[in-house]
Amino acid sequence: MSAVAAAGLVVRFGALTAVDGVSLEIARGEVFGLLGPNGAGKTTTLRVLTTLLAPDAGAATVAGYDVRSDGLAVRASIGYVPQALSADGALTAAENLDFYARVTGVPRGERAQRIAAAVEAMELGPMLDRLASTFSGGMLRRLEIATALLNRPEVLFLDEPTVGLDPTARALVWERLHALRAEAGTTVVVTTHLMEEAERHCDRLAIMHGGRIVALGTPGELLAEHGAGSIEDVFRAVTGHAISDEGRYRDVRAQRRVARRLG
Amino acid sequence: MSAPSAASPAASAEPRRRPAALAGGPLRRLAAGTAAMSLTEWRKLRHDQLDLFTRSVQPLLWLFVFGTAMSRLRAIPTGGVEYRAYLAPGVMAQAAMFVAIFFGLAVIWERDVGQLQRLLATPLPRTALVLGKAAGAATRAVVQAVLLLIVVAIAGIGLRWTVTGVVGALVLLAVGTGVFACLSMTIASLVKERERFMGIGQLVMMPLFFASSALYPLAIMPAWLHDVARVNPLTYEVEGLRGFLLGGGHPWLDMLVCLGWLAVLTAAATKAYPKAIL
Repeated sequence: MSAVAAAGLVVRFGALTAVDGVSLEIARGEVFGLLGPNGAGKTTTLRVLTTLLAPDAGAATVAGYDVRSDGLAVRASIGYVPQALSADGALTAAENLDFYARVTGVPRGERAQRIAAAVEAMELGPMLDRLASTFSGGMLRRLEIATALLNRPEVLFLDEPTVGLDPTARALVWERLHALRAEAGTTVVVTTHLMEEAERHCDRLAIMHGGRIVALGTPGELLAEHGAGSIEDVFRAVTGHAISDEGRYRDVRAQRRVARRLG
Repeated sequence: MSAPSAASPAASAEPRRRPAALAGGPLRRLAAGTAAMSLTEWRKLRHDQLDLFTRSVQPLLWLFVFGTAMSRLRAIPTGGVEYRAYLAPGVMAQAAMFVAIFFGLAVIWERDVGQLQRLLATPLPRTALVLGKAAGAATRAVVQAVLLLIVVAIAGIGLRWTVTGVVGALVLLAVGTGVFACLSMTIASLVKERERFMGIGQLVMMPLFFASSALYPLAIMPAWLHDVARVNPLTYEVEGLRGFLLGGGHPWLDMLVCLGWLAVLTAAATKAYPKAIL
């Protein structure tokens, strides 16, 4: 059974078709990248897979459960770290972890041990009793990922996990994600608009453009297929465009706000 | 490396065991989820005690500046009760309502930063999310009310101090605050933007305040306003608080009406909340 299977997903917002017939299959234990510029439909696809949004057409299963008819079982089987800041700055790191242990249904007797394991995996030990509002961007991301590990998710969804991080923090996040996959066999699904990062860290990639998947394969396959020197070139070859940063006022505002808080 | 070959459709169609996190059934998950949300709100309150004290200033101004001035005028028929004693329950309810409005703003904040998306992708029951927030608002309101009552007692304002009265008043205040927190969360989930929420929030909350018996009895209102006040949950909250703290009235009946409103608005907020992220 695959970790994620989607067939013909369509999501419309009024006249705009944000996701236009996305089909993909992600195997257990894969690190899978959804790659594309802002507005390509990555986040919307992720929202369908995390049950936050019902698709207008198509079907998908995550961890073997249908996102439409069995959303609760999907939510109980996944971890999700949205692009925006989801750790609560008004709480300490330990309180953030305790909160997510409770809301994701970790049995009382296992909470302490699971929190300790997540703290170790994300290297958060020394800062447990500090308010999250005093954290740097990299520490916040690791805290958020730690809170998403407590229910031992079968699939971990991360939306732009390294946005706003400096190169050192970025490398540490990826190192921890690879360690997690190696140790727990967790399937990791990330979205990113950073081509170089996707090429280096993902087992397989789906390049999205205008709500569609325009290329799918391992980085090596994609490079070979398009005779390209980098994933950036592949993107240009399949879309005819360079990757550009666009987005609606609200996206930009939200991103800037997050960037400011991530400082 | 390449992906392992996908399983056949037949294999993926086989029924799966329910995830362990869903053990315990819906009611137990609702209780545990509400408890987790409330605990977290309580922790936030403990990290930010200054906020609690600054918010406690406004009701004191209403009581001691507005209340003292109006009691000199003797313009408001209070049924023989000193005006400041008459006003105290109204001011308690008003301060609680402002706490509740803040929880609508918090929905928008959590939506903008991403906490809401995160929470909605967990198995936490939606109703627990709403009830937990309502309980958080209620906790803040009750702590403020206790502070206010202490000042009222020190100032020698003549309330009827009975254990049942004070406990009943605090429980009713908690329920009433839950009502307005749910109303505020519903509105916030629908309007989604801070600026619009501030406008619409004022448009809803201020009339609710003036079309209630917080400042003056229903009897002196024009007939149409009287009708509005009759369905306004704030009226029942204030009347009930007066019943508990000054005697008379039917405070338990008022409590029942507020519980009814709480049920209705909890359902509304539960339905609206997940739409806030769209």
